[in-house]
Amino acid sequence: MMEAIPADRHFVDPAPFEPEAGPEGRTESASAWRLILRKFLRHRLAVASAVILIALYAIVPFVEQLAPYGQARRNGDFLYAPPQGVHLFDEGRFIGPFVYPYRAHLDLDTFRRDYKADTSTPQPVRFLCRGDGYDWLGLVHTDLHLVCPPENGTLFLLGTDKLGRDLFSRLIYGARISLTIGLVGVAISFALGLFFGGIAGYFGGIVDAGVQRLIEVVRSLPELPLWLALSAALPPNWSPLLIFFGITVILGLLDWPGLARAVRGKLLALREEDFVQAAELMGASPARVIGRHLIPNFMSHLIASATLSIPTMILGETALSFLGLGLRPPVTSWGVLLNEAQNLAAVQLYPWLLVPVLPVLVTVLAFNFLGDGLRDAADPYH
Amino acid sequence: MIAVILRRILTMAATLLVISALVFIIIKLPPGDYLTNRIMELRATGDASSVAKAELLIKQYGLDRPVWQQYLMWIGVMPGSVGFSGLLQGDWGWSFEYDKPVADVVGDALWLTLLINLTAVVFVHLVAIPAAIYSATHRNTFGDAVVTLLGYVGLAVPGFLLALILLFYANRWFGLSIGGLYDSALTNQPWSWEKIRSLLGHLIVPTLVIGLGGTAAMIRRMRANLLDELAKPYTVTARAKGLPPVQALLKYPFRMSLNPFVADIGNLLPHLVSGSVLVSLVLSLPTVGPLLLDALRSQDQFMAGFILMFVASLTLVGMLISDLTLVWLDPRIRMGLR
Repeated sequence: MMEAIPADRHFVDPAPFEPEAGPEGRTESASAWRLILRKFLRHRLAVASAVILIALYAIVPFVEQLAPYGQARRNGDFLYAPPQGVHLFDEGRFIGPFVYPYRAHLDLDTFRRDYKADTSTPQPVRFLCRGDGYDWLGLVHTDLHLVCPPENGTLFLLGTDKLGRDLFSRLIYGARISLTIGLVGVAISFALGLFFGGIAGYFGGIVDAGVQRLIEVVRSLPELPLWLALSAALPPNWSPLLIFFGITVILGLLDWPGLARAVRGKLLALREEDFVQAAELMGASPARVIGRHLIPNFMSHLIASATLSIPTMILGETALSFLGLGLRPPVTSWGVLLNEAQNLAAVQLYPWLLVPVLPVLVTVLAFNFLGDGLRDAADPYH
Repeated sequence: MIAVILRRILTMAATLLVISALVFIIIKLPPGDYLTNRIMELRATGDASSVAKAELLIKQYGLDRPVWQQYLMWIGVMPGSVGFSGLLQGDWGWSFEYDKPVADVVGDALWLTLLINLTAVVFVHLVAIPAAIYSATHRNTFGDAVVTLLGYVGLAVPGFLLALILLFYANRWFGLSIGGLYDSALTNQPWSWEKIRSLLGHLIVPTLVIGLGGTAAMIRRMRANLLDELAKPYTVTARAKGLPPVQALLKYPFRMSLNPFVADIGNLLPHLVSGSVLVSLVLSLPTVGPLLLDALRSQDQFMAGFILMFVASLTLVGMLISDLTLVWLDPRIRMGLR
């Protein structure tokens, strides 16, 4: 119950002020980020997705160690070998993880290679062993692998391609490129979106109208034909690394309008707030007002939108590489791998070549769930 | 209303102009062009008459002039060697690779592209609206979960791969023939009932693949909209006063949730067109997709430029239609524009 306050004087509580004591005893104060985190943790699907993504990105620096074979290692005797199962028991006897060696022979009627597992000689898989050499992070030359094929044997967990390269190893190498391209592309589109949305929302007027038209133009262009056109414009004599950056820039260049729109909308609402006027009266420059006072106010929302556009980038890279206009062979990405599965023969005869679609699927779904969870958590009115 | 339409068409024309400039810059980006490459090749083989012909083409299309002049000539506001002859006059340029006017090369491909995209739009709406209504009215049931899951998968599977796999199984299980838009025997025949039936059969897989991603996004958005509307007091009132459930759903909340749906066509169309280009490439459909890829690879600039302009105008016209539908559908927007 409220106590009545006499009209002629102010209400002053006679008790000394205690910051710890609130209406329900101790008040809890949590920062905005902590509140967002708390809300996010309640979204189970998003948390699971975050865990999956962290695990996937944890692979990126340790690709060489995790892959049983080197990226370009060819096994000439095993072209289009189907996946080799890893077994634990041989004739009811436990001997740890092992594989049965393949006996290859060429079927002279169909001109296809047949692979038969020779179950008489189980070959145990080696762990923490020496294999193909590599330069780790460009610093250390070593040949340590987590898993290696057995002595004089092979370990094709997901089969091999037309040159006899181990698909599983290439898939792991591809993760490095495919996963980073999304992040770099989003960073570019994020910067562009912040810049254009920022100036449009803050200055308004002519600048706003100009940016709005620009957004409209870019949004009305179908992405893929434009991606195609731009990647066709990349000089063919560029090194694979330069091409990689070129493609990321292209992906980022067309993705920013969504973000710019979000930034602009939020800015238009926020710049009417009192604290902005206060900052301006104290002589803060536009850059400072935007960067220090406005952007932190909707950063969480922006991060959520950016998360949702990473999968578009990953799918975009996959599509471009699939068409042969994206990354080019010595570089391995999931799209490059799928490029090799482009024909009906692959679907019919070598279905394991389609496996790279699974990591794409998992990553894209995980980013979508994560983005949904972040967006819900970042929205204070939900 | 007429003023609104006029203003909207004018902005569209302005946008198209900006796009044409962008497209021209893009097709000019790769160093060199088809003809100079060709001339060097011909010089090397000493084919003098072909060199002369190629040089004639260079003169005719002004490829020796500054880029900005070439652009103005291409859109048709500056006279070239044969007077005003550009996009505005309906001259789409010359395809160097095919050695024919672009109009002759693209021909039917334009209509087929249009047809495929229209079918995809119809498919998206036919599937997404009922699915979203079901999903929203049966919230958190098994059916809702299935629809949501399918939606997510549709969002995550790369279309080109789905096309490949569907094509294979559609052929194996249902005997749908592979690739192209009609049986190869009918390619050069005039249009007949049989050819149309063959076309429809071949449209099934591409429509499914192109529409799936868009359907997934539409279902998600429409479900969210409908859920918002269903939670509002007027829905409760409608039910409380005894309106039959179907009417209480379709008459008010559905109509309200349809609004952002129409506005969304603008977002949907570029994706559909993108998807149709990609899927056409995989399924080798005779649309503009494969032509574009070829033209880009061989730097056949007028061809690539025209196709890019075509797909861009396709989405722009679609957006125009969606905007005008919105004006017609929503009194609030109609009043606001006055």
